Amino acid sequence: MNKIGLIIWREYLTRVRKKSFIIMSILGPILFAALIVLPGWLGSMEDTDVQEIAVVEYDRNGQPVPADQQFFRNVIPNRENLKFTYLDNARLQDVLKTFEVSNYDGVLFLPQTIISSGRETSVEFYYRKPPSVGLESHISKAVEKVLLNNRLEAKNIPVDFIQSLETKVDLSRINWKNWPNKEEDTTDIKRGLGYVSGFLIYFFIFMFGAQVMRGILEEKTSRIVEVIISSVKPFQLMMGKVIGIGLIALTQFVAWLILTFGITFIAKELLTPEPVKAQTELHAPVDLMSSSGSQAVTATPDQISNGRQEAGVMISDVYDQLGNTNLLLIIGAFIFYFLGGYLLYGSLFAAIGAAVDSEADTQQFMLPITIPLILSIVVMVNAFMNPSGKIAVWFSIFPLTSPIVMMARIPFGVPPLQLLSSVALLILTFFGTIWLAAKIYRTGILMYGKKVNYAELWKWIRY
Amino acid sequence: MYLFTASNIVKRYSDHLALDHVTVNVPEGSIYGLLGPNGAGKTTLLRIINNISGPDEGELLFKGRKLSPQDVSDIGYLPEERGLYKKMKVGEQALYLAQLKGMSKNEAMTQLKQWFTKFEIQAWWNKKVEELSKGMQQKVQFITTIIHKPKLLIFDEPFSGFDPINANLLKNEILELKKNGATIIFSTHDMGSVEELCDYITLINKSQTILEGAVHDIKMKYKNNTFEIGFNGDPDKVSEKLNGHCQIINLTQSLDSHILKIKVDESFTGNDILNRLLPVAALTSFNEIIPTMNEIFINVVEAQNKLKLR
Repeated sequence: MNKIGLIIWREYLTRVRKKSFIIMSILGPILFAALIVLPGWLGSMEDTDVQEIAVVEYDRNGQPVPADQQFFRNVIPNRENLKFTYLDNARLQDVLKTFEVSNYDGVLFLPQTIISSGRETSVEFYYRKPPSVGLESHISKAVEKVLLNNRLEAKNIPVDFIQSLETKVDLSRINWKNWPNKEEDTTDIKRGLGYVSGFLIYFFIFMFGAQVMRGILEEKTSRIVEVIISSVKPFQLMMGKVIGIGLIALTQFVAWLILTFGITFIAKELLTPEPVKAQTELHAPVDLMSSSGSQAVTATPDQISNGRQEAGVMISDVYDQLGNTNLLLIIGAFIFYFLGGYLLYGSLFAAIGAAVDSEADTQQFMLPITIPLILSIVVMVNAFMNPSGKIAVWFSIFPLTSPIVMMARIPFGVPPLQLLSSVALLILTFFGTIWLAAKIYRTGILMYGKKVNYAELWKWIRY
Repeated sequence: MYLFTASNIVKRYSDHLALDHVTVNVPEGSIYGLLGPNGAGKTTLLRIINNISGPDEGELLFKGRKLSPQDVSDIGYLPEERGLYKKMKVGEQALYLAQLKGMSKNEAMTQLKQWFTKFEIQAWWNKKVEELSKGMQQKVQFITTIIHKPKLLIFDEPFSGFDPINANLLKNEILELKKNGATIIFSTHDMGSVEELCDYITLINKSQTILEGAVHDIKMKYKNNTFEIGFNGDPDKVSEKLNGHCQIINLTQSLDSHILKIKVDESFTGNDILNRLLPVAALTSFNEIIPTMNEIFINVVEAQNKLKLR
């Protein structure tokens, strides 16, 4: 085995056997899933205690209304943990006076004057604890609806007539070049995939770049570096470390991929009802084999009407939507930008690790690396909203941000020239940073006890 | 024949000259001491010899031809600041370092087992380095330095950090390595070990060579005709006999004899002294005082420093 191979092997082996790596490989997908599921779950947990809200209604003259004459009686739907109590002939001031000792969590005051008010009006809500956004909109919507229906009836327009006029319009996105084939080549899932992979690249660059830095710092502070570079060139040691850790990152990624697919596959098997399963199984091979196969979502209308909410069906949808033309491009781009981004930033992290004596000193040099990375994430969100906008285009070509921003653009289709220039620039910059990092590394690795600043680094580069 | 030659080495750093035309010729099979005060440039020179950094000027010859990166498998280096991967297991690490020096895995394994047995540290094989004491780590590091049987061994301050027992063990190992044909360069402050081990030395001060050669020759060169004579008899008669040819440094009296320390003229030899004294006193001892390397070191360095100050 040649020497750089040996170094890569050591870096890989010592890390892949670490408990933290194994735990992270298993826990990663679970953590990600938790990250998605947990906020919603916690949100629903929050409202378990039942809230009771008193509703006080006044007539047009400002007098309390008896129960049988109430206009708003039972118009606001109760929910599992939300109960509305409509008070009979109650005065607002009396309710509020005894509010302290009552069981009510809030008092909604509805004067009948709002029935004939103009476009905008408001009602009062007295609370013990500030109401959640959900509760607010629940009340507003219900009141708005009853007012609208009332006005429709006043003009002799049947309510269901209005409802029959309502139409929901979705946009079907078709690349004009595909005409007359009207197939959509970008599904929402794939857009999401671009977004997620951009985020993953960001995450991996930070996590494994920092590992490169710490690894070099460890070699430097434990002084083993001098022994090793008496056997190999500093460049070999640096590249061995960067590549070895890169392989670790890839291993982790593949482990996550397999686990995620495994988990979702099992979830799909468990959750999909039998008839739907048979249908999707029929379609899946077709979609995966032929790139121009019709889309499963449109091909199985039964599935949609049967019960879209079923999680199993949703997972089937994901699988079906994924089986489409430019998935290969997305995967290829992911691997390229992942490696390119990691190698570029990894070598910069390596240079920092070599330049300083302790982890505490890394801060000042981390800033110029952190800024473009954070900027990438910000621009990626922008690119997701507007993939052909100027900002998205330029940042997806600029090599320090392209690995992350381009990933968000890929699923929407990127002109070949832009893609090529982005790829070429990334490769060129990668060689540039490696060269730069090697210069800093070579000098820095043997430098102890010296506070290094940018002027000093510049000297090392020119030396 | 010289195994290793570094001629006219110049190394500049941005703010100072670390080595100023330093030349070192290391004969094959010898132990070569590299001496000098702190900051003289010893470690810089050793790093250049090890291919860790390159010289700005000068030439390095190994076995008579230009030193090339492939020669690392023939060189073993123990740096002054020693260290190993703390989280790695001892055996695995030794194996890795041996392979980096170009040994095959099997060969390295066999050799390592032998050395671990010799040093009685087989039990450490599967321990992490951080579990070992500093002295234990030094032993492991020493083994990894010599495991590939290098022709040239370079030790930077090998005795620093060793307790007397381990330092002695190390000394014996160095002598053993020499006996088996290795050539050894080491830098040190410990003049005692220089007297014991070194055949040749180079003394570097302020980036320049100020003294070099065989230890024996140097000592002969720096002796200044000082003798110590023990005798029974009349001190006055003795001084009278020697008058005009030497100066008396001091005279001490013990229970039954006198000890006289004298510096004699260049023209005068030990035999001349004996011829003059034998008739007048009963001699009990007669020694020429040869300066220690320590005295030579201090004298030469201080003399150069004074010169530079002027």
